[in-house]
This record gives sequence, C-alpha cells and structure tokens, in this order.
Amino acid sequence: MFTRFEKQIPKIVLAPSFSAVLIFVYAFMAWTVYIAFTKSTIMPMYKLNGVLQFGRLSRSPRWETAIENLFIFGILFIAISTVLGLLLAILLDQRIRSEGALRSIFLYPMALSFIVTGTAWKWILNPGTGIEAFVRSWGFSSFKFDWLVNPDFAIYTIVIAGVWQSAGFVMALFLAGLRSVNQEIIYAAMVDGISTRRIYTKIILPSMAPVFMSAVIVLSHLAIKSFDLVVALTGGGPGYQTDLPATFMYAMAFSRGDLGQAAASATVMLMTVVAIIVPYLYSELRSKNG
Amino acid sequence: MTDKILSIVGLNKKFGNVDVLLDINIELESGGFLVLVGPSGCGKSTLLNCLAGFEAINSGSIEIGGKDVENVSPKDRDIAMVFQSYALYPTMTVEKNITFGMEARGVKKEARDANLARASQILQIEPLLKRKPGQLSGGQRQRVAMGRALVRDPKLFLFDEPLSNLDAKLRVDMRTEIKKLHNRLNASIVYVTHDQIEALTLATKIVVMKDGLIQQIGTPDEIYNRPGNIFVADFMGSPPMNLIPVKAIPREKHTEIVIETRGEHKPIILKDLRPELLKSLNGKTEIILGLRPEHITNLENVTGQHKAVSECVVDVIEPVGSDIFVITELGGKNVTARLRSNAYVELGKSMKVVFDLNNASYFYPKTGIRYDF
Amino acid sequence: MVDNKGLVGSVRFVEYLVPRVQRLGIYLALVVFAAYYLMPLFVMLTTSLKSLDEIRTGSFISLPRDIDFSSWKIAWSEACTGVKCNGLKPYMLNSFLIAIPAVAISTMVGALNGYTLSHWKFKGANLIFGMMLFGCFVPFQVILLPMAIVLGKLGVAGSISGLVLVHVVYGLGFTTLFFRNYFVTVSNEITRAAKIDGAGFFRIFYSIFLPLSAPIFVVTIIWQFTQIWNDFLFGVSFSQAGTQPVTVALNNIVNSTTGVKQYNVDMAAAILAALPTLLVYILAGKYFIRGLTAGAVKG
Repeated sequence: MFTRFEKQIPKIVLAPSFSAVLIFVYAFMAWTVYIAFTKSTIMPMYKLNGVLQFGRLSRSPRWETAIENLFIFGILFIAISTVLGLLLAILLDQRIRSEGALRSIFLYPMALSFIVTGTAWKWILNPGTGIEAFVRSWGFSSFKFDWLVNPDFAIYTIVIAGVWQSAGFVMALFLAGLRSVNQEIIYAAMVDGISTRRIYTKIILPSMAPVFMSAVIVLSHLAIKSFDLVVALTGGGPGYQTDLPATFMYAMAFSRGDLGQAAASATVMLMTVVAIIVPYLYSELRSKNG
Repeated sequence: MTDKILSIVGLNKKFGNVDVLLDINIELESGGFLVLVGPSGCGKSTLLNCLAGFEAINSGSIEIGGKDVENVSPKDRDIAMVFQSYALYPTMTVEKNITFGMEARGVKKEARDANLARASQILQIEPLLKRKPGQLSGGQRQRVAMGRALVRDPKLFLFDEPLSNLDAKLRVDMRTEIKKLHNRLNASIVYVTHDQIEALTLATKIVVMKDGLIQQIGTPDEIYNRPGNIFVADFMGSPPMNLIPVKAIPREKHTEIVIETRGEHKPIILKDLRPELLKSLNGKTEIILGLRPEHITNLENVTGQHKAVSECVVDVIEPVGSDIFVITELGGKNVTARLRSNAYVELGKSMKVVFDLNNASYFYPKTGIRYDF
Repeated sequence: MVDNKGLVGSVRFVEYLVPRVQRLGIYLALVVFAAYYLMPLFVMLTTSLKSLDEIRTGSFISLPRDIDFSSWKIAWSEACTGVKCNGLKPYMLNSFLIAIPAVAISTMVGALNGYTLSHWKFKGANLIFGMMLFGCFVPFQVILLPMAIVLGKLGVAGSISGLVLVHVVYGLGFTTLFFRNYFVTVSNEITRAAKIDGAGFFRIFYSIFLPLSAPIFVVTIIWQFTQIWNDFLFGVSFSQAGTQPVTVALNNIVNSTTGVKQYNVDMAAAILAALPTLLVYILAGKYFIRGLTAGAVKG
C-alpha cells in the first residue's frame, strides 16, 4: 500500500515545474495569442475580433521595417556567424600552440550582456569618435563610416555587433564537432592520397551537418529574440530604421499601450520560432527514443 | 520434499503489440541453479526483469518463496541481483557499497558489520574495502557486486549475464567461483547468459529460450544429450550437434541409416541398433540425424566391439590441442567430427571414422521437433 | 597513436607537407581575428581611463595619456540612471539579489527534475520533458504581457521577488535539460541495484546521484548566473526605479539624454556591469564552454 504512493513520487516531484511551465509558458502563450485576436488597447479586452490586428500589423510601415530588418539581420547574422565560427574552428584545430588562450578570446563575448556589447560597439562605430574619426585622422578625410546613424545602413551595425558576440559560440560547437570525427576515416583518406582540402570538403564538412543544424537553430533563435542589442546599440533608430519585431512588440506593449498590436506581433514571432524549432525538436526526441 | 523457491505460471509479456514472452512456465526448487539461456533478443533478460519487478507482466503469476509477488516492489521481493555492469555505486567505497542496502533497510550496525565481514571473507575482498569502484579491476568489481547481493540474504539470487564483461580467462575463473559459492551457500539462483558453456557447467536446470518461447527445460545432461528440437541441438554444445538429413529404413533387426556423401562417392550406410526406434518407424522415412562431434571419431579412439568404419573426405582440419576437429560434407551439410590428436588426416583425402549411433537423436525435418521413440 | 586533441582536419601531415608560409598565414589570420575580438574590450578599458578632453581630441584606439580613474568612481556611485544619481552600485546589488536566489532555486529544482526524468520514467514522462524543452525556445515576447498582469495580481510587480520568480520559471527548462542529459549517462542498472537494496527515491538521489553531479552543478550554475545577470528584457519589463538590475541601469546611464555625454563614464559603467560574468568566465571558462555545448550539440 505504501508502494502505491511511492509510485507517484516521480510525478509529484515533477508536478510543480510542469505546472509552472503549463501556466507561465503555455497558458501565457495562449492568452497572448488570444489577445491578438481582440481589439485590446491599453487594457486587455476579451471579445474576439477576428484578424483585424494582423491586418493592422501588415499595414504598419514600422512593422514592415521590423520584418524586413529581421530578414536582413537574421540571414546575415546567421550566415556570417556560421562561416566565421567554422573558419575559426578550422583554424584553431590546426594544432596551434596557444589554442586555449585563443579559444578564450573568441568566446568571452558570450559572457557579456548584449547591453555591454551594444554599448562598446556604439562607441566604436560612432562616426564622430570611433572608426570614422580614427581613419580620417590618418588623412583619409573623405572616409565615411557613419552606418550607425545612417537609416539605410544602421541595421548592418547590429550584424557586426551580433556576429562579434555569437561567432565564438558557433566556433565552440564546430570545434567539438570537428574533434569528434572518426580519426580512422581521415587516416584512410590520407593513405588513399586525398588532398587536405578535399578531405575537408568531401569528408569532414559533410559529417558536420548536424552541427550546422544546431548552430543555425540556435542562431535563428537568437536573431528572432534580439532585443537587448538593438536597444543598446541604436535604440531602434535612427527613427525606426533598426526596429526588430522584439523592439516593436515592446514599444507597442509598454510605450504605446496598444496591447492588441503587441500581442499580434508577439504571436507572429512565436509562429516563426515554432516553424523552425518544432520540427527540429521532434526529430531530435524521436531519434533519442527510437 | 524441497519446496519451490520460484514458480512462474502462464507468464505473458508484451511491449506494445509485440509479444516478448509467451506462456512461460518454470519451477525451481530451493537450492537449485536455474540458467536462462538463449540468443540475443530471446527474452531471457526481460524475464529476469519481470522476476525482479522492474517490468510488469501482462498475465500469469510469479511466486517467490511461496509468495505471489504481483504488485510487490523489487525491494520487497526478498531477492538480490547482480548486474552485467555490476552497477556499483561509483562514489562510495566498497564497504559502503555493501552496507548501503542494509542501512536503507534499517539493519542495525552490529548486524551490518557482521554481514559485511562474512561476505568479505567468503569473496576474499577484505583488502579492497576502503577502495572505490573506479580503483578496482573487473573481477574485483564482480566480487563486490556479489558481496552486495550476499548480505541481502535473499530467498533468490538473480544474475544478469555477470560474466559478459570479463575477458576469457577471468570468465572461467569467476565461473568456478560462482559454482563454489552456490555449493557452499546452497543458494537458489536464477542466472541469465547467452553463453551455452556457462549454462551447461553451472546449472542444475536449464531453460533454453528463443523469440520469447521456452524451447526446452531440463538438466544439462538432458539438454545436451536429448535436445528437444533442432534449435536446442544446434545452440547448446560447442561445436554444435551435427544435424544431417538422412533416410531411415527399417530392416529386420535394425534401422538402416543412409547418408549421402558428396558427388559420386558412395553413400554411407549405418546401423542404429535400438529396437524402440525400429518399432516406431513406418517404412522409409526422411529424417534429420543429430549426432554430436564426439560420436564421429577415429578408429583408434574407439574401444570395445568392432564398430562399422566409414570413409569421409576431409574438407577442413582444426587442431585444438588434445583433439582435432575435422569437417566433412555429409547429406549436403558441413559435419564436424572430433578425432583424437593421434589421428592421421590429410586435407582433401579420405579419412576413416566410426559413427556411434547409440546416443543419436532424430528430428522431424519439417518441424524440427525431436522424434521420440 | 591517435591523439584526439585537435587534428581532425589538422591531420598531422600539415606540419610536414604544408609549407611554412601557409602555417604563417594561419597564425596571421588568427591574430587578426583575435584583434577584432579584443578590440572592444581594449577600447572600453582605455576610454574609461581617459578624461573627456582626451577623448574628444584623441583617437578611440590610442592609449590614455594619463590614467584617470575618476570616471570609474562616477560610474560606481554618482552616475545618473534616470531620476536618481547613485551610480551603478545599488543596481549591482539588485542584480545579486535577483541572481543568487534564482540560480539556487532553478538549479536545485532542475537537478531533481533531471534525475526524475532520466531514472524514474513513467507514462508521459517524455511528453513532459518535451514540453519543458520547448519552453526554453519560446520567445519571451509572448509571455511579457500576461506575466506583467500576473505579477501585479500576485502583488510582486516591480519587486526583486517578482524578478526572481520570473527567472526561476524560465530557467527551469534549461536546468532540467542539463541535469537530465547528464544523469542519462549514469547506467540505470545503478538505480535498479539501489531499488533492490531497498533505497527509495530521495535516498537514491541524495546518496548516489548528488555526489557524482559536481561537474554538472558547476556548469548549470555558471550558465544560469550568466543568463540571469545579463538579462535585460525581464529586467526592463518587470522592474521599477530602485529594483532594476544592473543591465537596465547601465542602459539608462548610457542612453540618458540629460547633460553632456560622458563616454568615459559609460565605458567604466559597462565594464563594471560586465565584471562578475567576465570574472566567472575567466576563472571557470572551461565549464562555461561545456555548458554552452551541452544543450545544443546534444551529446
């Protein structure tokens, strides 16, 4: 009879965390999505109103900018971080003497808050005092590097800072992946006389596919969530030109008091993440228990 | 009458829709050494886990020491288990590993120390008590695992392939240790292995399993000399029993056994003198002859009455020290003969051998079941 | 003899066959990248040590002429973070008050959860794990609004405890993941042996699993501390003047619109805010890296 209770202990132990997740993640998600279908402004209203919020969203020029920026930033951020991370990993894998020190150097940005990163790069990219001024002081008086305040180019500054922060992480992933490749396959290729470059492109890189996947997934996730970096680096500006969905949502929620728009934008963000993460998680859990 | 320490009746188990154990009925008397043996996937480990209480059963009953253990948790079944990977607690000393269970069960310190001392002495692990599992060799860990089981003083010991992770020599040594322990303590043991030699040497009773079904239950002698079907005949014993398709022709006072040889060589004609066999046959029968390699041997090895000598072509020679295994082709199959090392054999040439059919088995060709007579 | 420390692609023959020039090229590339990475830190440091005049007249890369710590003092106790001008100090304290309980609670709970999910499987356990795992990936924007409302209803809106609650709840997914992936490598024959021995759920956790989980505790604690200390979104959404964490305060200092822009103070403040996590990284970086790859590479 005691055994009956004992059998339930695992469930009892998990219950608080699971209920917390149910409420604070899933119920909250559901609430937000619900609100996205209402006319809520400053206070939530619970009467359903169809997709009017999404319609407003799609007509909002600020949202359009945010989405555009998400694509530009997202694709560049993911691509460059991945390539740079892979490159650094390959370089570091070459039996470098100070590998440990170099690895620490490439990774330390991940220990920093995005606010700190944004602050530092804001200073560096500042036209009046940063790189532009520096290069000009060398005599290239017509050198321009005012991306930070240039409406068309400001979004790229976020890419620069974002890549700086995250490429090290990708490098760590690839380094671990490179080192787990079966040595005997490499030796067999050597014996067969295959060149180093082909060993990389034909044998090693293809076996890195799962690591690529992981890296892209994590980076996409980071990109979609990007909020802190934008706030610190450009504040969303100049104007709204570096707005991302995350900053848009925040503005709607806490400055504009437009809960409907806030909820709608959050819902769109959620759908994007779900579209990427769920298939990935499903296949991972499947293969673990299969 | 020794009471039954273990009684399994009508046990069935499924994983999802797949049957993993079908209608299992096994009894073990107190002090017996039961070995569950079979190839990977036959269900032997699953059956052991059901006995231990780690897996639920779909139907049937299990009684340990006379008590029905349905819904009884592992710790209350009065069992002890030795695992394939020994499962020693990695951060505790050997001493703590052994006393941990007693502490958990509330055994008093004096009793704990006494039990520990006794088990350490029997298993000769006294010098290891202060070490941690990581500092022990495979054989030492094995003994600690057994020590842990010993102090439990259970009604039934369960062993799950305990020797699989040891190298060959150690395996033989540990096998002997386990046998000695069994004799000394008169313990009741259920032992799972895929190694049929372990089964034959250790067991008082063997259960041969395949695909969730029991193929045969019997003593080592019964299993070895009177296998119940072709699977058991082939699985148990090394090298396996020869299974040769032959024609059995009833004659006046004996049964004539005709074995085809290769190519244009004349068939081999043998005589099975057992009257029961003759009586049971209905005319010419196609049947499978089961003959252990040691019953096909060289002339010099045979004592007693003059036996019929046959000639076979030598295909492969495998010397193993005291004997030579020679493989020839009979009835379309590779047949192994076991000759004394003084036999003269040459690859590709004929050799003279004597077939001893007094202990031969026969099997139905279609079902593989033993032909009883 | 295979040496797995590097050399997959490095393939030992690079050392013999590849000409010195190529080897030099590799080192050069690494040095350039290292510079790109160290530059911001260097710039922050040097700028924080300069006077405002020097900043205006000199270049952003140059070393300070005279080392001037005054901006550090200002950053610490005088900088303006909105209405108040107490510097960063009270907000550093806030961040500690938030981080330490949140890390402790989420780690302990995560340990128990991970243990349960890996060694006490029951029907639906995988679904529960999957749902918690997914919770890690949810963009927090979808929970900001309802959380604000609920915090208000619970009476902890804008308070330190409120932030602790938020960080615990959203940290559980990661901590559970870390511990579960770690405990899964412990053979479940050990748990079975303990069950037969008569030990129950908690005794097994306490006597067997806790002693062997020191490494994963370190990884989890470092990861959680870094995440929580560096958080900005929750901080800026759920705190108010006085309870803000240091990231919010830093942002306020740097983006304040009042008065002259004091770049040196900004930089000093940034370094101060980054110091705890940087120190953790320098001292225990190895474990930090392990934590990073634990979740993503799925070992």
